[in-house]
Amino acid sequence: MQDFMATEENSMKIAVLSGKGGTGKTLLAVNLAALAQPAVYVDCDVEEPNGHLYFRPKHIVQKPVCIKIPQVNPTLCNGCRKCVEHCAFNALAYVKDNLLIFDDICHSCGLCSLLCPQKALSEIDKEIGIIQSGRADDVCIHTGILHIGQATGIPIIQNLLLEASSADALTVIDCPPGSACIVMESIKDADFCLLVTEPTLFGAHNLSMVHDLVTLFNKPFGVIINKSIPGANPAETFCKENNLPVLGKIPYDKHLSILHSNGEIAVKHSETYRALFSSLLDAVIKEVRHETAPHS
Amino acid sequence: MKIAVPVDENTQNTNVCVSFGRAPYFLFFDTKTKQTYFVHNSAASSTGGAGIQAAQIIVDNGVDVLLTPRCGEQAADVLIAADIALYKTFSGSAQDNLDAFAADKFSELDDIHAGFHGHGGK
Repeated sequence: MQDFMATEENSMKIAVLSGKGGTGKTLLAVNLAALAQPAVYVDCDVEEPNGHLYFRPKHIVQKPVCIKIPQVNPTLCNGCRKCVEHCAFNALAYVKDNLLIFDDICHSCGLCSLLCPQKALSEIDKEIGIIQSGRADDVCIHTGILHIGQATGIPIIQNLLLEASSADALTVIDCPPGSACIVMESIKDADFCLLVTEPTLFGAHNLSMVHDLVTLFNKPFGVIINKSIPGANPAETFCKENNLPVLGKIPYDKHLSILHSNGEIAVKHSETYRALFSSLLDAVIKEVRHETAPHS
Repeated sequence: MKIAVPVDENTQNTNVCVSFGRAPYFLFFDTKTKQTYFVHNSAASSTGGAGIQAAQIIVDNGVDVLLTPRCGEQAADVLIAADIALYKTFSGSAQDNLDAFAADKFSELDDIHAGFHGHGGK
């Protein structure tokens, strides 16, 4: 194993994201974490986490993730409607002497229970998902799982990142696809963002969206082009035109695709892939070191 | 009986609005007094939960019947809790719909949608 981990990179957090699903976030994140051991792999794709399928972690510890939602004591409520009028999310309604509470609309801000002059509102826990933490070789795997039907996975991501925050190893954050709130939450604490894209017009368009996002968050970033083929490459053209650094390419390769589809970690199965992902990890570490070096 | 309709404008010949929660105005018509009035829908510009707040406005105006082209799940929860009957409008003016309702030509709204929640509607 090369000497990737100079001391300052020991707790570096790298977020892997893309504007659309299926570009290869998990392929890259899993292989980088497996190569960089000791490492931490955090699966923030809470609606369909699949990184654990590759690592098959053992000694899993499970924790529930709860949010606070208001609960009314109808005998104390006098129908003043202060809560209904002040809720910024319209999560409350008052009908026929009854307070209606809409859990899915509630953002757990706690204002209603603070405001209630009758102290009729209190906050109770509502479980929205779980976090599973386990280990495979020298990789610590944290997986967020949102329960079906719940409105938002953001509190799960906050808990996940908190869980992984004390790690003294390179942390790879596998983000959900897209560029919405849930992705913003996933990259918030990242030191560096890796944008995965494909050599298609669709890929270039979605790359442009995540590029806007990381620019907005003022995050250092680099691009990895997956499924790279010779010839026209709209994603690469976009990078050239907008001065986005391309840190590496993963070729369009049927064998790699089959390995990955079978739930195997490619770097463990072939020297070729080990060399390929090593060069990507090298490029990333070099870039992170460069980007995060103090500018004197 | 008091009837409410989500409408595009606060004028007598307004069309029915395609949205309930984000309609700019609500038209209220009292069948006993034949009086019509309009209320600005303060929920229309809210970032979320518009249907719930709009339904609260309907409830607070003492409505018995709501004529609307569509209605979301949570708005329906509020309206149903208030025993408000929901009927489906056809496209055209609010007045045409009120006339048709008076002539008993309406069917109840039974296709409550799950809400769009930031994903837009058709």
